[in-house]
Amino acid sequence: MPNLHSALMIVIIAAVTIFLRFAPFAIFRNRQTPQFVSYLGIVLPYAIMGMLVVYCLKGIKPITFPYGIPELLACLLVAVAHLLKRNTLFSILIGTVTYMIMVQFIF
Amino acid sequence: MNNRERIKKAFLMTVPVLTGYICLGIGFGIVLESKGFNVLWSFAMGLFIYAGSMQYVAIDLLTGGASLIAAAITTLMVNARHLFYGISMIDKYKDAGKAKSYMIFSLTDETYSLVVSEESNDKKLYFLISLFNHCYWVAGCTLGGVIGSFLTFNTQGIDFALTALFVTVFVEQWIMSKNHLSAIIGVVSTVICLLIFGSQYFLVPSMLLITLFLTVFKKYTVEGDKDNA
Repeated sequence: MPNLHSALMIVIIAAVTIFLRFAPFAIFRNRQTPQFVSYLGIVLPYAIMGMLVVYCLKGIKPITFPYGIPELLACLLVAVAHLLKRNTLFSILIGTVTYMIMVQFIF
Repeated sequence: MNNRERIKKAFLMTVPVLTGYICLGIGFGIVLESKGFNVLWSFAMGLFIYAGSMQYVAIDLLTGGASLIAAAITTLMVNARHLFYGISMIDKYKDAGKAKSYMIFSLTDETYSLVVSEESNDKKLYFLISLFNHCYWVAGCTLGGVIGSFLTFNTQGIDFALTALFVTVFVEQWIMSKNHLSAIIGVVSTVICLLIFGSQYFLVPSMLLITLFLTVFKKYTVEGDKDNA
């Protein structure tokens, strides 16, 4: 299976990804970043983080067992842990361990 | 902060990414190896593509006999969100010096969320965060390629660490800001598009909808937060 076609495909995937990563910087390189773009730079992080959380949970199916319960419970746990302790490592650890226990032994 | 403190700080910040990347990377390396691509392939993909979800999709493309054009289009759709990461980083990476190209190249979901949550504007720290994450990923992919099918301990669910990281950053951002409209727009837009377009195609519409809402509600997204100009 690994042949020239595969190698070319990987080059293409890498190239497109690099293009997407560099494009914003190239487009706005020599000009002052327009106010609207600066505005997006301020608000996008919040919106994208929301998008990423949903993206991570995109596979859950609330209609069939286990109804996304392990994921949602673990997320809730992470959120509460973080609200209480404000310690990133702790929040992630407790959520992940709980999730692993849930998917391996309970559900 | 001297460089030693920076290295320590970058390492501590990136530990959650370390666990997620090593595990996902190993998973990727193992699956790729099972399809007949040896460790050199997983190493190269980890090093040059450096995009987790896209690399997993790439396995399907490589083994499914997809055309190069199909691969290009799929990459555009799966990785389009990197366009938006870049836009948020233009000002943050402005005077990043020699490492700027590398930092742009290595901008992933996790690196993005760590840099965005770091207030200090310390470019060297951003660079180290980017570098460490890249190293973890390449190490994971390579390990996976080497280990192949010999891995037996039950790590089922460990990649939840990445979800947990995003939730943590989301909560942290929420606590640190008064105006939550942007965050809400992000979640709601994505859920809407997920329901309409399904889990395979919802990302690009989500980003378009997010941009639309952020534009339309511009007046309401920044009021209340005094540190936004």
